[in-house]
Amino acid sequence: MRLSRRLMLKGGLALAALAAMPRALLAAAWPASAFSETAATDAMTDLFGTDQTTASDQIRLKVPQIAENGAVVPVTITTTLADVESISIVVEKNPRPLAATFELPPGTLPDVASRIKMGQTSDVMAVVKTKSGLFSTSKEVKVTIGGCGG
Amino acid sequence: MASKIKIKTKLSGDVADVKCLLLHPMETGARKDPDTGELVPAHHITQLTSTNNDVTVMLANFSTAISVNPYFGFKFRGARAGDTLKISWVDNLGGSDEIETTL
Repeated sequence: MRLSRRLMLKGGLALAALAAMPRALLAAAWPASAFSETAATDAMTDLFGTDQTTASDQIRLKVPQIAENGAVVPVTITTTLADVESISIVVEKNPRPLAATFELPPGTLPDVASRIKMGQTSDVMAVVKTKSGLFSTSKEVKVTIGGCGG
Repeated sequence: MASKIKIKTKLSGDVADVKCLLLHPMETGARKDPDTGELVPAHHITQLTSTNNDVTVMLANFSTAISVNPYFGFKFRGARAGDTLKISWVDNLGGSDEIETTL
């Protein structure tokens, strides 16, 4: 009886230490809840407080029309909007729609490029947060081979 | 351990163009091991930070939807030749890597 209690305590402590570890490593909080949402609108509400964005033609989202391999889809986002605070990539039909969010300190140009995975043909949305609100633009990418598991 | 980040920088005027390639499996946690049929646990980069002369120029939050061996490019203003650019990342299992380069 006594032994098992001791074990339980030890186990609990180890778990707590594990849970605390990644948090201590991160300089700023990684938005875990937004990244774990399964609906694009929920993810955006988690991240920005709203899923309402203004469509803008000042954002240039460069994605391929057809991605042969969904595991590697190059994405480039640039914008001429002023006072950009963050740029996010949302893939509507991915199991976890929020792909990435880049926080841009003043001085960093709103010009980012990366490669994402896509499970299936879907709209890819670039969400740009500026001082004056949320702006977005989206484009459909056709995927012939999915890149999420399988 | 030698850094496994590959980095390329280009300076045009005061704008630095940074391109980097990180070496990471980026497991989503949804993929099955072909041999055992068991799910491969998620293992992915969560955050990438870049500083130039200790001033943060980029903070990127990654999810599992970033491709294997992520490529990441960005630009920032106010760079000068001789500046120390540092890029580091951490993953969800506590792993990390960093590299330092001179512009």
